[in-house]
Amino acid sequence: MDIHEYQAKELLARHGVHVPRGGLAYSPEQATYRAREIGGAKWVLKAQVHSGARGKAGGIKLCANDEEISNAAEAMLGRKLVTQQTGPRGKLISRLYLEEAVDIAQELYVGFVLDRKEERVMIVASAAGGMEIEDIVEKAPNSILRTSVDPGVGMQRFQAREIAFGLGLDHNLIGKATETIFSCYQVFRDYDASMLEINPLVVTRDGNLIALDAKMSFDENALFRRPEISELRDKSQEDPRETFASDRGLSYVGLDGNIGCIINGAGLAMATMDMIKIAGGEPANFLDIGGGASPERVAKSFRAVLGDKNVETILVNIFAGINRCDWVAEGVIKAIREVGVNVPLVVRLSGTRAEEGRRILADSGEAVIVADTLAEAAEKAVAAWRAATKKKAA
Amino acid sequence: MAILLNRSTRVIVQGFTGKIGSFHADDMKRYGTKLVGGVTPGKGGQKHLGLPVFNTVKGAVRETRAEASIVFVPPPFAADSIMEAADAGIKLCVCITDGIPSQDMMQVKRYMLRYRYEDRMRLIGPNCAGVITPGQALMGIMPGSIYLPGRVGIVGRSGTLGYEAASQMKALGIGVSTSVGIGGDPINGSSFKDMLKLFEQDDDTDAVVMIGEIGGPQEAEAAIWARDNMRKPLIAYIAGLSAPKGRRMGHAGAIISAFGESAQEKVEILKEAGVIIVPTPSSFGEVVADTLSRMKKAA
Repeated sequence: MDIHEYQAKELLARHGVHVPRGGLAYSPEQATYRAREIGGAKWVLKAQVHSGARGKAGGIKLCANDEEISNAAEAMLGRKLVTQQTGPRGKLISRLYLEEAVDIAQELYVGFVLDRKEERVMIVASAAGGMEIEDIVEKAPNSILRTSVDPGVGMQRFQAREIAFGLGLDHNLIGKATETIFSCYQVFRDYDASMLEINPLVVTRDGNLIALDAKMSFDENALFRRPEISELRDKSQEDPRETFASDRGLSYVGLDGNIGCIINGAGLAMATMDMIKIAGGEPANFLDIGGGASPERVAKSFRAVLGDKNVETILVNIFAGINRCDWVAEGVIKAIREVGVNVPLVVRLSGTRAEEGRRILADSGEAVIVADTLAEAAEKAVAAWRAATKKKAA
Repeated sequence: MAILLNRSTRVIVQGFTGKIGSFHADDMKRYGTKLVGGVTPGKGGQKHLGLPVFNTVKGAVRETRAEASIVFVPPPFAADSIMEAADAGIKLCVCITDGIPSQDMMQVKRYMLRYRYEDRMRLIGPNCAGVITPGQALMGIMPGSIYLPGRVGIVGRSGTLGYEAASQMKALGIGVSTSVGIGGDPINGSSFKDMLKLFEQDDDTDAVVMIGEIGGPQEAEAAIWARDNMRKPLIAYIAGLSAPKGRRMGHAGAIISAFGESAQEKVEILKEAGVIIVPTPSSFGEVVADTLSRMKKAA
């Protein structure tokens, strides 16, 4: 789960990391009011969306007076910011963050991430901050410092100190940098983060060390013990199709194709999407109904998939182990009768109670295209989708 | 004897009396698994499914001489249960639980290192379908009927995609020595490479099918190891050809976050290491059959 920059900064500031003075605004008036509160003569207005690379997309503006702040806020609020990371749909700007402008002497990069290979927290730092980490890797690979933390004992101060010296900082900044890096690690660990990135961490002209930007993601499996993090969720930053599904306990990822997928198991779901692509179609979504799915749950899945207006065909592919094909079949019929399925529907049932499931579908008299194998299911779905779009065009 | 599990392996269930634990314990027993008891703290001394319940894993090991444990404990307590099994001298632990925090798993892995290698427990999962040695024993949640006993090993992250592979093989009369689900989390108890090592040494396995997916470095690592150390053919499929970058596809670990983690990149790495690629998820059966018949001809 991602959070906003201002939320990450609040967390970090609470644990001793220096951040610029700033305030949140939902309107241009509030933004100018924040400028009064913060004081100074120059401010930076930043669109709060769950994405990096906001500057290039027009989501960050330097302002010198009320009029500039007001105009910039007016231009940003309610608009969708499209960055290199958001995809073409972009992300809605409904919150702004106004900060005092900082006089920058040097920009650094500090990132914390779960290293799957080492099974430790990896810390990455570079004196070439201010650009995306991918660009640092490409343009200044020799500037990159790495260290990893043993989960048994946690980060040691010497590790933070080594990074501080490695960054080539002035001697009077070593203490501050060590504390900053150390505090970031503690925030990462104490809140079950999966990623924390400060880019840039800046050295100011008056010799301070400040987190100018902050990005954090959290381990969704740990949210049960981090209620204060769960509260930071901003649904306006999510694909509404995904919010609908996740509120109903379904694992769903929206994609750009036309063939809606309802499948059990993440691996089979990915494989079915691949199979659709191989058969010449494009999947509209990833959806895993999980184990032990009731007819109600299957019907809910149909609602989630049909919530996407681009869906022109639905493919249900179930290989039941702990699931039951008869329940799935009942759910399919329930969906047809209660939700209304006005697109072609292909169903493949395999595994536990597959025979019973197929019989329920056949006896229902509903227009369900039945398939026996994975390949047949994908081919039939793509063929049905082609026929339907042709009919529409004619 | 296939790998990890056979008909004489003595198994206990952690989270024995819960709804999910009970359901699968019963299923495993019916399949022929030598189930000797279970653990639910606070319910020690009772009988459940005709078997003794213990308060602690140590108690269960002492009384039943259990060597293996399967964990159905909910996510907040699962890491603790795994460590309890490790400390009680359990040799093989299969954790089915989905949703364990990554930091808990890092701790579990670190904790297990405190035991000497010979005494160290082997952990399979979490977030996996378990282990089955067809015709002998089941320690997992897979439907036993789709596996034919035979001589091909299967190791995969996903449960249902593993079923798909096994049933395609069964349709062609090809059986399985052991099938292992290593799980869909970012941090697994055992890796693909760990399982390939076991299959390579197993006299009852002739070839291995590896079912991978997007995210993480494990499939590539396993392929490099196989290139340098494995004589048996390795056949692989990578799911997630159509998955976008940076999005989590159901499994906590199924996310492309670095170079070499997409399905296309992994397939390239595997091909270069000489792994036989299953081109589509509907051709597991054919590719395995083809590989086996070429082996026969060569022999």
